[in-house]
Amino acid sequence: MKNNVLIVGGGPAGLEASSQLQRLGYNVILIERSAALGGHLAKWDRLFPSGVSAQDALKTLLGRIEGVKCFTDTEVQSINRLDKSYNVILSNGITVLADAVLMTTGFDLFEASRKEEYGYGIYNQVMTNADLEAYFRNHSDKRIDNPRRIGFVHCVGSRDEKAGCRSCSKVCCATAVKQAIEMKQAFPEADVFCFYMDLRLFGRHYEDMYLKAQKDYGIRFIRGRVAEVAENADGSLQVKAEDTVASKPLKVSLDLLVLMAGMRPSVSGRRVGELLEVPVEEDGYFSVREGIVSGQRSPLPGIFLAGAATGPKTLPDTLADARAAAVLVDDYLSGIFTEAKHYKNLVRELW
Amino acid sequence: MVDFGFGLVPSSRINLDLFDKQKYEELASVEPDVRKCMSCGSCTAVCTAGNFVTTSLREAIESIHNGQPGKALEMLGSCQLCGKCAMVCPRGINTRHLILSINKIYGKI
Ligand code: SF4
Ligand code: SF4
Ligand code: SF4
Repeated sequence: MKNNVLIVGGGPAGLEASSQLQRLGYNVILIERSAALGGHLAKWDRLFPSGVSAQDALKTLLGRIEGVKCFTDTEVQSINRLDKSYNVILSNGITVLADAVLMTTGFDLFEASRKEEYGYGIYNQVMTNADLEAYFRNHSDKRIDNPRRIGFVHCVGSRDEKAGCRSCSKVCCATAVKQAIEMKQAFPEADVFCFYMDLRLFGRHYEDMYLKAQKDYGIRFIRGRVAEVAENADGSLQVKAEDTVASKPLKVSLDLLVLMAGMRPSVSGRRVGELLEVPVEEDGYFSVREGIVSGQRSPLPGIFLAGAATGPKTLPDTLADARAAAVLVDDYLSGIFTEAKHYKNLVRELW
Repeated sequence: MVDFGFGLVPSSRINLDLFDKQKYEELASVEPDVRKCMSCGSCTAVCTAGNFVTTSLREAIESIHNGQPGKALEMLGSCQLCGKCAMVCPRGINTRHLILSINKIYGKI
């Protein structure tokens, strides 16, 4: 007998966990509410720190899920807890008897228009990190017409209690530095400014990317949060911040302002979480049973979590988390369904 | 008269639109490492002249970036080129050489 594992969310975490669990001999059902697999990765152009293609990375992940039953345009409709498993009815009419459920529901990008003072959706020359990735992919955006002065605003919707998010989104400092470099590559004559409160460039090679941004691309890093944006008569933007290193208020006029929208808990993921009654923490992300030693287990039996469902993560973080979750799912199912072990051993011997 | 960049800005607000890019590129062409400063303040912390008169390479670099070269020259006016700042700079900037170049390029009448 093969145990069924239901994976909710077809982004990188869901794809990687699917492939790992499939290889471990489980019957994997992956559902994705949108029309295509890949999550946010499918919309991105290049990845920090080295600038590899997001689409190539996605292709690699997709190439590993052979044998996994994927349902796109599919949501969870209802869930019943049975003795050892979950009876899950999907929106496509299929019912799954899942012995374990893995939530890889990811994140939503913060809606930048909610920070009204930055003027997204009000001023023409304001865009988000996601808009800029879309531009890098299709080379067209009416806001980008040979800009001479470009600003990047870090921490948009992050580290901002009024925006409902006290925490750091982890990936946007590195994304800002990456995108600033890419804009300099596209428009070598442009002056590029990054407005940050703290530069969180913690990962391997990230600091090198920062040094490169300064040294090779002359990108100017200004410590201070952008507090106000106004539009000039000619459509350019007037940006105000404090240079907190110089302890002086500062202003600059820009042709383009890019807002680094942060990560928020996925709304549709939260809906599934409510059906399962998975607890969430104050920050809106799902709680884990023991954050440090097994951060992929929810407090409920048979429910596992991976990726940004438990807080902001980089792509490598997410993939590692998904692999870890696969191991914990395997541990759990091997303990509960002892007869399944035999099947798995057979599969392993075949390798 | 030396244009210290103050005249146009009656308030102390930094106006990056007044940044003299051409002159900065002149400096960066001889001192490319000026771009590497990360405002850590180590240079200012150990500065020998700074014990007596306000002297700060960190602030000088910052002032140049902020379109206030007059202030930069002021910040380095008492520097004795002792080189202590070069010993501590984590980005390995040749600070003495940089200070000389700042004076040479921005100190021109
Ligand atoms: S990663 Fe950087 S930009 Fe993103 S929230 Fe954290 S400090 Fe702000
Ligand atoms: S070289 Fe000048 S700025 Fe550097 S420590 Fe010596 S006196 Fe201070
Ligand atoms: S020690 Fe070096 S990096 Fe630090 S502020 Fe001084 S010049 Fe900049």
